[in-house]
Amino acid sequence: MKIKELENFATQVRRDILRQVHKVNSGHPGGSLGCTEFFTALYKEIMEHNPDFDMDGKEEDLFFLSNGHISPVFYSVLARCGYFPVEELATFRHIDSRLQGHPTTHEGLPGVRVASGSLGQGMSVAIGAAQAKKLNNDDHLVYSLHGDGELQEGQNWEAIMYAAGNKVDNLIATIDYNGQQIDGSTETVLPMGNLKAKFEAFGWDVMEIEDGNDLQQVIDGLKEAKTRTGKGKPVCILMTTVMGNGVDFMMHTHAWHGKAPNDEQLETALAQNPETLGDY
Amino acid sequence: MTEINSVQTTEMTKKIRMKKYTDSGKVDTRSGFGAGLTELGRSNPNVVALCADLVGSLKMQDFIDENPDRFFQVGIAEANMMGMAAGLTIGGKIPFAGTFANFATGRVYDQIRQSIAYSGKNVKICASHSGVTLGEDGATHQILEDIGLMKMLPGMTVINTCDFNQTKAATIAIAEHEGPVYLRFGRPKVANFTPEDQKFEIGKAVNLYEGEDVTIIATGHLVWEAIQAAEELSEKGISAEVINIHTIKPLDEEAIINSVKKTGCVVTAEEHNFLGGLGESVARTLAENHPAPQEFVATKDVFGESGTPAQLMDKYGLNVNVIYDKVLKNLNRKKLF
Repeated sequence: MKIKELENFATQVRRDILRQVHKVNSGHPGGSLGCTEFFTALYKEIMEHNPDFDMDGKEEDLFFLSNGHISPVFYSVLARCGYFPVEELATFRHIDSRLQGHPTTHEGLPGVRVASGSLGQGMSVAIGAAQAKKLNNDDHLVYSLHGDGELQEGQNWEAIMYAAGNKVDNLIATIDYNGQQIDGSTETVLPMGNLKAKFEAFGWDVMEIEDGNDLQQVIDGLKEAKTRTGKGKPVCILMTTVMGNGVDFMMHTHAWHGKAPNDEQLETALAQNPETLGDY
Repeated sequence: MTEINSVQTTEMTKKIRMKKYTDSGKVDTRSGFGAGLTELGRSNPNVVALCADLVGSLKMQDFIDENPDRFFQVGIAEANMMGMAAGLTIGGKIPFAGTFANFATGRVYDQIRQSIAYSGKNVKICASHSGVTLGEDGATHQILEDIGLMKMLPGMTVINTCDFNQTKAATIAIAEHEGPVYLRFGRPKVANFTPEDQKFEIGKAVNLYEGEDVTIIATGHLVWEAIQAAEELSEKGISAEVINIHTIKPLDEEAIINSVKKTGCVVTAEEHNFLGGLGESVARTLAENHPAPQEFVATKDVFGESGTPAQLMDKYGLNVNVIYDKVLKNLNRKKLF
């Protein structure tokens, strides 16, 4: 796909994110906007995946969202890739919806393979799925996404140790390195030190995407990561992003981590992201 | 044991003839799990196993020797083990994740809740060393809350087996059941008295004795104690119905209600806190359907301590004597009910 088309897709996803959280006056726009390019690249360019959803996902690449609170971007991309009707985005966080506040398999939403929201669990699940692929002689890859603040949860480090120690080299775990969490910057809440050195010390192959909001960089980075799989080490991408990317007043702050825009703010934000593929 | 006094009636002095259950040799329930897992390793290629550094305690070595590629040693990292087990189901595997009951439940409650139960994953959580009979390691390792924790999770099946044969049969049976299961067993060598060739039906109570005066509902290690209590009660002319409840959830409510309709009172027995255990599930069932006096043989909201299994069963009121006494007490209450 041409980069311009992908950028149009990403712009429409940003609109979907903003409109989802605005309508229900809740949700997490900041991290969702920051990861829009990543999801666009992953689902439109990188992964072999089947919108005719099958839970076992044999002979296709799998994705696990560990930081489930950025569900608006996940839902928008799944819908616009054909997993479920785009109109269903209007039900986000409403009663009787398959689009729960945090993603779940419980309501049968196609595209979701495990519930996430309580942080720190996704890497373990991704490792299990990656091991199942090896048992099934399935060469496809497992991708996962994690917040940087999420790495404060200890279970991650159990998983990180396991994956390296057991050569889970069909896994590409991306860290959304935006430096922000609910209570402030990661540096002020709980400094995590040198994440690259930490992953490397645990035995991972670590690469970086310097601008995770530059679509071409994200695509190139993920392609590079694929070439590093199958070599005895799990692959980690430290992907620097800007929380709230694409909406000027939401950028570079944790203020929009878990807050919805009001009517006026929505209008301003949407004006910065003109409709491309049609609103739901 | 207290003597029978006011409850003694002419009706109760009748001669009661009972089937005799024989112990084919003391063996631990965890070995039943190991034997069942080994059999599954041979019969079901989708079965995989995980363990958090307790292979010897869980008796998993035979499975590992025969299926090294289908075993995942995760180290002392139970949270990661539960998440990995959830992930392994994606792709069609049937993971059996084994560790001590305490580390298989309380330590990883949220991992089980979100990644397994809420996500509806086909994971079998296999918990050894449950209850006080773990023994000398003491209260840090003796969980008495796990049945409650697990039965409160929507969609979770909760099984507590009573001997080697039943544990082996249950282990094999749960592989055929789609959905998360908590399988609870223990460390000590106990009587092995259920049939070797039994068919294990999840959610189906096993009636061990037909009786008329009282229903004794027991699970796990307390089933053998209940049998002994019933035999001693029969010598006093008291006819006790004994039900082996291996599946606490879903509970065989019909079997319980029908029995208590006949006997009019019930004693529940379990190696677990009386808060949250089998007894409470029975009490709710009866309160909704057929209220009856109930006595609880269970621990009373306390932590355990170091000791031999027998000493601990005695000190925490989990044996034949206590069941016997509670039956007598309840027969008195039944008269007043």
